[in-house]
Amino acid sequence: MLVYALKRLGVAGLVALTVSFLSFSLIYVSGDPAFALAGETATEADIENIRRVYGFDRPIVVQYLDWLGSALTGDFGHSNYLNTDVASVIFDRLPVTMTLGACALAFALALAIPLGVLAAMRPNTLLDRFALTVAVIGQAMPSFWFALIMIFWLGITWRLLPITGTASWLNFIMPSVALGYYITPAVMRLTRAGMMEVLSSDYIRTARAKGLKPVRVLFKHALRNAIIPVVALSAVQFGFMLGGSIVIETIFAINGLGFLAWESIQRGDLPMMQAIVLVLACFYIVLTFVADLLNAFLDPRIRVS
Amino acid sequence: MADTTASTSTAPSADSVLAPSPGALMRRRMFGHYGFMFGTAALLAILLIALFAPLIAPHDPLGQDLARKLIPPIWHDDPKATWVYPLGTDMFGRDYLSRLIYGARISLLIGFAAMVISGVIGTALGVAAGYFGGRVDMVVNFIITTRLSMPVVLVALAVVSLIGNSLWVVIWVLGLLIWDRFAVVMRSSTQQVRGLDYVAAAQALGCSTTRVVLSEIMPNIVNNLIVVATVEMAHAIILEAALSFLGLGVQPPEPSWGLMISEGKGLMFFEPWLIGIPGTALFVLILSINLLGDGIRDVTAPENRN
Repeated sequence: MLVYALKRLGVAGLVALTVSFLSFSLIYVSGDPAFALAGETATEADIENIRRVYGFDRPIVVQYLDWLGSALTGDFGHSNYLNTDVASVIFDRLPVTMTLGACALAFALALAIPLGVLAAMRPNTLLDRFALTVAVIGQAMPSFWFALIMIFWLGITWRLLPITGTASWLNFIMPSVALGYYITPAVMRLTRAGMMEVLSSDYIRTARAKGLKPVRVLFKHALRNAIIPVVALSAVQFGFMLGGSIVIETIFAINGLGFLAWESIQRGDLPMMQAIVLVLACFYIVLTFVADLLNAFLDPRIRVS
Repeated sequence: MADTTASTSTAPSADSVLAPSPGALMRRRMFGHYGFMFGTAALLAILLIALFAPLIAPHDPLGQDLARKLIPPIWHDDPKATWVYPLGTDMFGRDYLSRLIYGARISLLIGFAAMVISGVIGTALGVAAGYFGGRVDMVVNFIITTRLSMPVVLVALAVVSLIGNSLWVVIWVLGLLIWDRFAVVMRSSTQQVRGLDYVAAAQALGCSTTRVVLSEIMPNIVNNLIVVATVEMAHAIILEAALSFLGLGVQPPEPSWGLMISEGKGLMFFEPWLIGIPGTALFVLILSINLLGDGIRDVTAPENRN
């Protein structure tokens, strides 16, 4: 287990390093960053000056190492547009996005796991078909459109829920549903497949044969084993949702990392963009690492191979 | 179908009646699969609409006329609704039906082109990893993990905003970002096929690696490739719509469905059809592509259905 964990940690570290370089190189995507910063009316001397002050005249590797060194100590540079340091803004906004992601994941699991279990218990029945239809429709609905539909009916027509901001927990309901429903098909299909496989295994037959209550067989014996891959998938999907919340946060004006990312992109605030990409990528890397370990811990077969 | 084969051949042997040919079996599965049939029909219809847009569209999709702005669609009980503009007009008086028809071109073009780019990258990486294994596999796995950890929407938005947005920039950025599923699926499919006897036989005959991969491996994994291709085409179309919705995809006045939803959202309380119509179009397109993909998977590999 320890060897496995160390191996995964090594890979995760390497991936994080590569991602940090990719995030850093965002400032060179558009060409010369000094030119972009200076604006259209700048003279050649202004651009040269900016190049010196910001250190763009140094070799790229040196700039990268300098940026990485500061990032590792929690210093992501200075945002010219907000006139504060980037790190404080990001850690200000991060909890909101985390809350949204957690609520969305909770909604998705609460809907997908029962549906998946029910579908697996009665395969190829009306119930199974219904669950499958929900999955197919869920996958085909763009989340921003679904969000607008909810705003129209629940927010404006019936006035049940607030449509913008983060004032109370009610504000999180629609964004969580909009963000979470998109992953329900994947979770449902995995739960269904896992349960079908487990339910046809020998030890379930034994458990039934020795006269255990069906409920006990289902939850204590079957679901426990079928849920293992779902745990890993959830961790990965949580990472995806943090990255994907940019659309939902923009629609519902939720002051999280995604909204900040969108504002920064609109403003061309490069240090902020670099930092947000790096932070979200690192979150994903940590989550997949934890998921790998959790998987190996729950299922000894993975550790061995 | 079984009836016709029985009646045309004068003396059918017991085998030919009992066991239909593989092609007939495939056809029977295809026609019996409602999802597959619906997906194919709907996608074909949208494709034809997109191809013949100039002939079908009743008006110029870009032609503005403020005197005729915000006419509701025909099913609204409103004196302004007219068959001249069956789906109404937007806030600039542009015919919504014509914009919808031309929008299909943009969605299909971006979805298809981004899918081809990502398919080439992902298949090359995945097949190489699966066929060679060892170090190559490790490196490819590393590249896939790195790609997965970059948030797609955020990176796409940032890069498009930095390079400047045009249709082809959006296509290339999406194509270069969404190859991960191709690589993952092609890798595991190749691993399954690589160990089979006929591959070993081809290698023993001295076939070159290119030949083994192209004529022994590829034909046996192409079904999986097509299924992933449909998933990724739908993915690219959703991403384009989201990008355009956020103002960093296709630029006005081009009629992209995502952009139409974005333009209509400010008026959606009084004119909900402005977001309802392009959203439904997007939904039907993605649904039909997904159903087609699911159908191909069921028809070509019915043993994997559950």
